[in-house]
Amino acid sequence: MSVPHIGLYYFGALSLVLVGIYGVLVKKNLLKILISLSIVETGVNLLLISVGYITGRSAPILSEGIGPKQAVDPIPQALVLTAIVIGVATTAMALSVAITLYEKYGTLNIEEIRRLRG
Amino acid sequence: MNCIPCAEYIIVALMIGSAILAVEWRDLLAAAVGMAAVSLFASILFFLLQAPDVAMTEAAIGAALSGAVVIFAIKRTQRFETEEEERPGWWIRW
Amino acid sequence: MVSVLKRSLAIITLLIIGYWLAQGLAGVPFGQDRMLVGKYYLENVKAQTGAVNAVTAIVVNYRGFDTLGEVTVLFIASTGVGALLWRRKKKRTAKTEGSVVLRTGSELLFPFILMFGTYIFIHGHLTPGGGFPGGATIATAFLILYMAFVDYEIPHRLFEPLEGLAGMGYVLVGLIGLAIGSYFLFDWIWQTWHWGAANLGRLFSGGFIPVIYTLIGLKVGTELSGIVDSMLTEEVRE
Repeated sequence: MSVPHIGLYYFGALSLVLVGIYGVLVKKNLLKILISLSIVETGVNLLLISVGYITGRSAPILSEGIGPKQAVDPIPQALVLTAIVIGVATTAMALSVAITLYEKYGTLNIEEIRRLRG
Repeated sequence: MNCIPCAEYIIVALMIGSAILAVEWRDLLAAAVGMAAVSLFASILFFLLQAPDVAMTEAAIGAALSGAVVIFAIKRTQRFETEEEERPGWWIRW
Repeated sequence: MVSVLKRSLAIITLLIIGYWLAQGLAGVPFGQDRMLVGKYYLENVKAQTGAVNAVTAIVVNYRGFDTLGEVTVLFIASTGVGALLWRRKKKRTAKTEGSVVLRTGSELLFPFILMFGTYIFIHGHLTPGGGFPGGATIATAFLILYMAFVDYEIPHRLFEPLEGLAGMGYVLVGLIGLAIGSYFLFDWIWQTWHWGAANLGRLFSGGFIPVIYTLIGLKVGTELSGIVDSMLTEEVRE
């Protein structure tokens, strides 16, 4: 079994995803789980952008001197641009669910909440 | 000597370190700051990957609004991960 | 220790998942040209949309319908935050006033941050940026005011109609395209009249991209400030 050779950016993005999944698996606090999910989201965005990168080319803004042959792939950037904004809105919604749970149960521990249910 | 690659290595290392600390810190306020730091380093990496649009969005949203929203949620709930600890966390107390 | 066992189990699982993902990613080498659709967009973006920034052209023009869906998701999430945190009587409960530096600085910087956000979304077709970062910058300006003053609240009577009007304006621009051209979100300003073809790369070009991005910027800015407002105001009991 050999270690697969991946670039620095892939390594960084993959590490962020794995660290975030570790937090989701191990931690019991609801806010901590949401923070971990936010880190996973940043990692996935970084992975998408680094897949679209092409060595030696510049940003896809076609002003003077930059032709279609000298620009990186614009599609992942357009995808991630909207995904970030959606991400913060959905995170805020999940946090307000957590606030409502805290007001009802008085705790953020998911095992306690599961025990108190019903 | 061209040192852009070593800057990239340093930023990736800082980003992963902040992510680990953000997940492991028991003080949720510190964890929110760690999450904002991950977004800030990621936005520098987006800029180095020739994506200035995404870098601007990530810097405005990930480093400012997202951290602020988490901090408001902490303000309305509790500051620590478990109820036992009531002192502000020292960095090594995981 | 249950905790140590659980942690090591999680780490072993994650190492297996990570090895598997890394093997998949090793087949996608970093930094090589793999463009398929992107090549078509980059070659035709100036002639077909009049925008210089290809990312903006894709977000608003080529995939405008997707962006309408994303704006809808944003609207639903913002409405959800407002509905979940709705109380009969809400007020801000902050006690500590911001320091002198924060108060003075926020009052001085507020118009300039607003101006910068407006600049970002008006020039979306020329420079990096667009409606989403511009709206986020505007929301950050209101966030600073919220942090500096204990009793500041956004002008609700202005923001709620503005949010709805911006969303309806997006659909309206698309419907005008449907009436003039052949499909929803047809670029009627650029395709039929070719306005701004002479000054490509200046402000008055790019078809309906500046119009739609202004609407998106207003919508994102008001919605994100609304999220900040509903998370910061708490119920007061008499």
